[in-house]
Amino acid sequence: MLGKTAGGLYWMFRFLERSENTARLLEAGFRIALTRSTDAESEWKSVLTTAGVCHGYDAQYDSYTAAHAVDFLLRDTNNPSSVISSIDKARTNARMVRTALTTEAWEAVNEAWMALKDTLKRPVKETELPAVLGEIRRHSALVRGAVHGTMLRTDVYDFTQIGTALERADNTARIIDVKYYTLLPSASFVGSALDNVQWETILRSVSAHRSFRWMHNHDVSAASIADFLILDSRFPRSLSFCSKQIEENLGYLAKDYNKRMPCHDLIDAQRNMLRAQTIEMIFDDGLHQFIRNFIQETTAIGMQIEKDYSFIG
Amino acid sequence: MNTEQQHFDEMLAGEGEVRAPYSAYQNWFSQEDPARLAKKSKEAEAFFRRTGITFNVYGQSAAQERLIPFDLIPRIIASREWTKLSKGIEQRVRAINAFLHDIYHRQEILRAGVVPIELVSRNEAFLPQMVGVSPPGGVYTHIVGTDLVRTGEDDFFVLEDNARTPSGVSYMLENRETMLQMFPELFTQNKVQRVSDYPKNLRRSLAACAPVNCEGKPTVAVLTPGIYNSAYFEHSFLANQMGVELVEGHDLRVVDGRIKMRTTEGYKVIDVLYRRVDDDYLDPLNFNPDSMLGVPGIMDVYRAGNITIANAPGTGISDDKAIYSYMPDIIEFYTGEKPLLNNVQTWRCSEPQSLKYVLENLKELVVKEVHGSGGYGMLVGPAASKKELASFAAKLRRNPSNYIAQPTLSLSTVPIFAKKGLSPRHVDLRPFALMSPEGINITPGGLTRVALKQGSLVVNSSQGGGTKDTWVLED
Repeated sequence: MLGKTAGGLYWMFRFLERSENTARLLEAGFRIALTRSTDAESEWKSVLTTAGVCHGYDAQYDSYTAAHAVDFLLRDTNNPSSVISSIDKARTNARMVRTALTTEAWEAVNEAWMALKDTLKRPVKETELPAVLGEIRRHSALVRGAVHGTMLRTDVYDFTQIGTALERADNTARIIDVKYYTLLPSASFVGSALDNVQWETILRSVSAHRSFRWMHNHDVSAASIADFLILDSRFPRSLSFCSKQIEENLGYLAKDYNKRMPCHDLIDAQRNMLRAQTIEMIFDDGLHQFIRNFIQETTAIGMQIEKDYSFIG
Repeated sequence: MNTEQQHFDEMLAGEGEVRAPYSAYQNWFSQEDPARLAKKSKEAEAFFRRTGITFNVYGQSAAQERLIPFDLIPRIIASREWTKLSKGIEQRVRAINAFLHDIYHRQEILRAGVVPIELVSRNEAFLPQMVGVSPPGGVYTHIVGTDLVRTGEDDFFVLEDNARTPSGVSYMLENRETMLQMFPELFTQNKVQRVSDYPKNLRRSLAACAPVNCEGKPTVAVLTPGIYNSAYFEHSFLANQMGVELVEGHDLRVVDGRIKMRTTEGYKVIDVLYRRVDDDYLDPLNFNPDSMLGVPGIMDVYRAGNITIANAPGTGISDDKAIYSYMPDIIEFYTGEKPLLNNVQTWRCSEPQSLKYVLENLKELVVKEVHGSGGYGMLVGPAASKKELASFAAKLRRNPSNYIAQPTLSLSTVPIFAKKGLSPRHVDLRPFALMSPEGINITPGGLTRVALKQGSLVVNSSQGGGTKDTWVLED
């Protein structure tokens, strides 16, 4: 496969995943702003920080309001991570790699682009927001489904999965990074109303408020939430799950091409590190530092993959 | 101006009289509910959008991707008509190929004085880099799209020979696919010759032209300028249908005297490059130094016989509009036969007598730029205002050799499905011919372009033209 094609597939799925993650973040932020008007401003700031777009936002607006944040995250083409920018880049990459996609996969992403471009043509009213966010997630799921159901399990598929998992790992890590203080086991907050709302927001922004409860019905604590998000490899957005996914697909590539690359060493190191951790150890060594390291490692793995598989010349 | 009555209509010969190739179709059509057809027409549009069969129009930032409108009434050609056309095209393609070989080698046609020497030597499309080069398999024009127009029952004319990188074949294929999906019953009632073999034939034809030193099965790739090119859809479509890689210039480089593409497993040799990049942009070391689209050094690899470029660089000299006027002589010179297909009468404005005639009769003529394409920069005399005529006359006087003129042909019409039912519109036809050492293969049918505006003669998609499925019936 062309290196450019591998890169196009990888980025197509990173951007697709990003559009969905931005929608989730917005949903969680919107919910907390609805229920707790006093802290709304700081909530929106933390949503924008998590999305990594605070600088761009500050350059455009003076205050953190729901209307501005929603517009910036959904529709602003100046924001490279907005839903519209992400879906546009996902589709541009899809056009570039069209020869590697099945008709179903291509049509799903093309339809997503057409539909969302239309939906996001005008500012989204507060009353319409839940429906619009639902539409964004639905389209992402449709593309994923088309890919899952129709694409051959070859190197093409591996690069789509690696892109998805890497973006997802980065997203979950960023959420923890921005909200890590709410997960610290500080005695004064435990069981307080503040905690519960904050925790709920975190879980919602990774669509895990239900799954967490299934897994930890009676143990709602900072440690159990952090454990779930970081180490639980049953949860498809946990750091551990994503890392395992990357390892698996890189493994297929090594087998397929009959060649191990430097990226394989990096992912093995990350996997070994995660396997050796318990949540207690992470808290003891410092949650924040752990997350920062994880984000850096993941970025390094991504860059190594780009190099090893000649995404660019 | 209502001159519709004077034009030859390919479906309706006169009052209520249907021409033979359309009889089965007309039977079907007369029993169809117009509302159902209107709905189908909408469905077709949605289908084209969803599959992304779009093109980009240069200089129109607002509408980045547009659809070429598709009309659901097919253009139907009888088997007898097609046989005649395809023989004529084959003859023409052979002559063009012989002409190209000649002018890049011994130049006998120039020595014989059949074609004026300055028309070649001063022509920008003539590439000195190709002199003395023999392309693998001796093939210059791997793919040719011959533009034909019709004016009467037996009157076909060649309007243009597209021997560089003719486009539109993806529409030929997708239009048929759309018709098959919308109206499968039509294809049991009419015996329509298949077009769907084109990608397979293209691949086979290209592979047959691989360099002699190619080992094993030749690796073919399509070279595109990238996703912002107006014909990008077609490039990816053809690569996809042939099952070959779609590459851009930055995917390629010269390694050990071969052209190789950067893959996830290192660099791999390409034997045949079907390029959809113009000569000028092909190689910054040999042509336009600013080009980012090409491959530095590819011409040197080519001259060493280590890659096939399709079509060969320098073929543009044969479809130049000034050379066009000599095509009947060119055909006779190389084949010893009379042309089977007629040229349209052409005045070369470079000749003072012709220029005088053209200026005096501008209102009746179509004037085109010698190197132009896509319907840009042309004047349709009968449709032009006084002011447009005057300003074009001034341009003509300033640079006469930049123009040729042709009579305004009474182009045939085929009905389109309009709001108020059938309505005649002017059409042309571009069949696609493939050439390899194994022979010439012409897909039965081609791309029918239709001027959607009533009375308009300009069928180019960039100027509001649409397309139709083109049927060639079996015997």
